[in-house]
Amino acid sequence: MREITLSQAVNEALAEEMRRDDTVFIIGEDVAEAGTPFKVLSGLVEEFGTERVLDTPIAEPGFMGIAVGAAMTGTRPVVDLMFGDFIYLVMDQLCNQAAKTHYMSGGKLNVPLVLRTNLGATRRSAAQHSQSLHALVAHIPGLKVALPSSAFEAKGLMKTAIRDDNPVVIFEDKLMYNDKAAVPEEEYLIPFGEAKVLREGSDITLIGTSSMVQVCQKAAELLSAQGISAEVIDPRTIVPLDEATLLGSAKKTSRVIVVDEGHQSFGITGEIASRINEKAFYHLDAPVLRMGAMDVPVPFSPALEDLTVPTPEGVVANARKLVAGEMLHAA
Amino acid sequence: MSRAKKKHNAEDYLRMYRQMVRIRTFEDNANQLYLSAKMPGLTHMYSGEEAVAVGICEALRPTDRITSTHRGHGHCVAKGAEFKQMFCELLGKEEGYCRGKGGSMHIADQSNGNLGANAIVGGSMGIATGSAFSAKMLGRNEVTVCFFGDGATAQGLLYEVMNMAALWKLPVIYACENNGYSEYTRTAEIAAGSITARAEAFGIEAHKVDGQDVLAVNELTRKLVERCRKGEGPFFMELETYRYHGHHVGDINREYYRSKEEERDWKENRDPIIRFRAWLAAEGIATEDEIEAMNAEIKDDAAAAVEYALNAKYPAASEVDMHVFTDVKHVMA
Repeated sequence: MREITLSQAVNEALAEEMRRDDTVFIIGEDVAEAGTPFKVLSGLVEEFGTERVLDTPIAEPGFMGIAVGAAMTGTRPVVDLMFGDFIYLVMDQLCNQAAKTHYMSGGKLNVPLVLRTNLGATRRSAAQHSQSLHALVAHIPGLKVALPSSAFEAKGLMKTAIRDDNPVVIFEDKLMYNDKAAVPEEEYLIPFGEAKVLREGSDITLIGTSSMVQVCQKAAELLSAQGISAEVIDPRTIVPLDEATLLGSAKKTSRVIVVDEGHQSFGITGEIASRINEKAFYHLDAPVLRMGAMDVPVPFSPALEDLTVPTPEGVVANARKLVAGEMLHAA
Repeated sequence: MSRAKKKHNAEDYLRMYRQMVRIRTFEDNANQLYLSAKMPGLTHMYSGEEAVAVGICEALRPTDRITSTHRGHGHCVAKGAEFKQMFCELLGKEEGYCRGKGGSMHIADQSNGNLGANAIVGGSMGIATGSAFSAKMLGRNEVTVCFFGDGATAQGLLYEVMNMAALWKLPVIYACENNGYSEYTRTAEIAAGSITARAEAFGIEAHKVDGQDVLAVNELTRKLVERCRKGEGPFFMELETYRYHGHHVGDINREYYRSKEEERDWKENRDPIIRFRAWLAAEGIATEDEIEAMNAEIKDDAAAAVEYALNAKYPAASEVDMHVFTDVKHVMA
């Protein structure tokens, strides 16, 4: 099968959906001729014109609000938020307006919009261009949240998101835009709420999201060399969350580490760990472990920044302790 | 205006009068429901501002859209809503326009182009502009009116979306209901300079109009709506009006921010319903008896709707996790 980059996969998904449905449009800063700073959208304005690939002023709440209203009235906007860190700027429009409109109207109004943005540190961009803020929006009822872990997932999830009648936030890892993966030529969609088991194992389950899937896979390889069989699972969407697959694996292996690039406290890792504790407690041989980003603003210096995110080596060290029973009474 | 034209328009005038009285009557009943502790929560009264909602909405088609505010009952009535579903919503009943999930601050008859009342001050400015955007993109000749108060002019969102609306020539009319108070604070204390000049800075044609004169509001809106349909939008209107009640029904002792004399002056000398009623009689469009009969009929309608809503069913407990997503029946299941 051909291999394309994550960036090309997103571009293809958007182009295919815009050809299929005239009501789909892209709105955001520098999305047209510039094709975004990451060049993910290059070529789209040439095909679809400036009526459907709209460059906006630097006014995130404004264009987010316009997208919400447009979505309520017959179109399907894909909002491009240049950096995930800017999500704080659009919180009212996203969380008070888009997320609640269907509910507050008693089911009469829909907001079929996609907010595509990014996450991920270690790009030496400091604290306001490196955050992974998906837990913030996953907390809000009414928003779906997708975290593609490869080009294959990025394309399939984006196409599903555009066809969804609800607001969907997709976080792409900005360090993965040039990562290649096998992507079929023919059309496919990835349903929301279906986790993918990337590697089967029997001693421990590693649940990873977004780029942390790579970290978990690398850790599983290292563990395998040490005689520990790790299962690797990618939830793909955290809202909705495929609990059944995660619980099934936890019951099978009896040990789980959840790895995510959001801050560890009050985040995705804690939520998933808690659900496993509540629903698979008697199957567990060790506490479910959380591995998130350090609870510090992302520092600029490479010497510091690299310390803040989970690594395969860190996952391996924790997995070995869990398997050895050393974490049972961790201080 | 010629007599012939007035006669021709008599039906329109009577409907405008009727809609203004319906709003006032709705609010009087809502206030009573609050005072008698029959309504959950609070509500923000539109009384005194009727000529704004009616003058504007009577210039719109059912397919034109509006966005409304926390003070939204007037817009809802003016855009074509029925008392029964409105009172049901106010009381949190299943037959309410939002199945009781929105209440006073989110009330809207969505089928008549009302995109919702919004409890975030200025929160719907993006939605209104987006509605105008999709109308233009889809080639639908529809206009959107964005209602907001003078208090909302302090929100940055307004300036972001007016900028884009002007750049993209969107068919949207920003209707600033200037009732003189930003919650519990005089507008003069929160608004520097001129409100209309802010729109003009974006190249948006702005008008100031007496919001207590329903004919003046309607005439201006008709012109602007027609021009919006021709692609000449956006426009901005500042409507000078007055809020008879406090910020909300519980805001009773308000002399620390405005005097009783000032309230009395607006109610006695500038009331939009009294003024229009006098005009209808003077022009021979309706007799005093006809007007009294209309008022009585509306009063009875409202009383019957209140009675109906008080006895109507609450939503079943199973409703609580419905309508979070379009494609999941019960999210907690």
